[in-house]
Amino acid sequence: MESMSAVLTTGETPFLGAYSMTQEKVRQEDKAPRENRMTVGVPFVDDARMTCRGVNVYYGEKHAINNVSIDVGRNEVLAMIGPSGCGKSTFLRCLNRMNDTVEGCRVEGDIQLDELNIYDKSVDVVPLRAQVGMVFQKPNPFPKSIYDNVAYGPKIHGLASSRAELDEVVESSLKKAGLWSEVSDRLDQPGTGLSGGQQQRLCIARAIAVRPEVILMDEPCSALDPIATATVEDLISELQEQYTIVIVTHNMQQAARVSQRTAYFHLGDLIEVGSTDRIFTNPRHRLTEDYITGRFG
Amino acid sequence: MAHQLTFHREIDKLKKKFMVLGSMVEDRLQKASLAMQTRDPDLLQEIVSSDWEIDDMEVEVEEECLKILALHQPVASDLRLLVAIIKINNELERIADNAVNIAKRLQTISKDSTLTFRIDYQPMSGKVLNMFKLGLDALVTEDADLARKIFHEDEEVDSLRNQAYRDVIRELDSDPGHAACLVNLYLLARHLERIGDRITNIAEEVIYLVEGKIVRGEID
Repeated sequence: MESMSAVLTTGETPFLGAYSMTQEKVRQEDKAPRENRMTVGVPFVDDARMTCRGVNVYYGEKHAINNVSIDVGRNEVLAMIGPSGCGKSTFLRCLNRMNDTVEGCRVEGDIQLDELNIYDKSVDVVPLRAQVGMVFQKPNPFPKSIYDNVAYGPKIHGLASSRAELDEVVESSLKKAGLWSEVSDRLDQPGTGLSGGQQQRLCIARAIAVRPEVILMDEPCSALDPIATATVEDLISELQEQYTIVIVTHNMQQAARVSQRTAYFHLGDLIEVGSTDRIFTNPRHRLTEDYITGRFG
Repeated sequence: MAHQLTFHREIDKLKKKFMVLGSMVEDRLQKASLAMQTRDPDLLQEIVSSDWEIDDMEVEVEEECLKILALHQPVASDLRLLVAIIKINNELERIADNAVNIAKRLQTISKDSTLTFRIDYQPMSGKVLNMFKLGLDALVTEDADLARKIFHEDEEVDSLRNQAYRDVIRELDSDPGHAACLVNLYLLARHLERIGDRITNIAEEVIYLVEGKIVRGEID
């Protein structure tokens, strides 16, 4: 057997690093036929709030999401990660039919919320988007008072029959979003005057006010500083007790911190799904491993 | 991605430093094994007085690992690598300590020139040295099967320790006048056996690194 000194002078070993080799392997993998790609891990759960089966999304000719099947469990936080252009945001927007507003976008497959097909012709997207609320990358409060920002949804959806009831909805939503103590004395002031982190929590309060079942979050912290990010992450953990949350994030540490399950997307394919603990300590698919360890992306 | 390039460069630097530590410890083990045969006082003194080099290197590797953990928050195989290195680093330092213990025991034994009884420790030290090489090879080639072989080797080292114990007890019965020296002679086996245990721990870390599974000395 050779000694260590001999090992040190011999060629590349797995231990002594092969960063460039990994990148080359990924490039070859990208060229592999799509039908050879299968989701690793079990994308289904026993207690599903949303079920997606054979979902395909096209932007004109471009096949953006390729035959994705996955469940979103009740009261879980599901994180969707992947490099830019992998389709994670596209897929997220399928879950409340936000893609309907994109010209040339076509969604195929079956997506159900509580066993009801959300793409059924009879489904009205306005109440659907209240049931499946959304929080965006950049905080987008209405140019209205803090109070009106939260009260607007319940008003148009007829969720409050009196001013007193509306006050209660506004207060409880702001409390759930962890913002009440900071704004209770200035509810009549414009929402746009709040800090970035407060604005994002106002948007979360606005989503909560219409009693959603599922909250979709598309990079909700990417425009926030670390302290505001930590506040929103704490909030996500609290909201999980009452809501089902699907979060798209570029921040892998964030996915690791807030979610119970993680789904990894690559070029429109769902590559791997699993418990977040496992994905971040021992991913099974090499593409997942290479992405989360920063070998490409 | 500049950040990732920095990260991978740091990991490569760490691995190289760690391998240097591995070869330093291997050197001490080889010297201890040779000294058990020759009892060369200069060699014994060299083993004892150069231990600080290993201690310093262990601290350097640990600091490097902590810096990478704090600055880059690695995940998946990178995280497992860092955890494995931190733990193996500690094992390597303790293996070198055992080599020093062997040297000290040999220094004590050498003082008693009237003791004629000897135990041939070459088969046992050769086996331990081989286990050490297997352990580092398993790490460098990231080969969990190779690491598992070490568990079997360790059982053989344990039985050689037991054999040395029986031999020393028999000698103690027949010649109680050299009790202190005989105890030191037995302790050589004990130190070698402890080194074997630490190499087994290294093997467990290699399996964790490769397979992400935490194992504790399992034999199929």
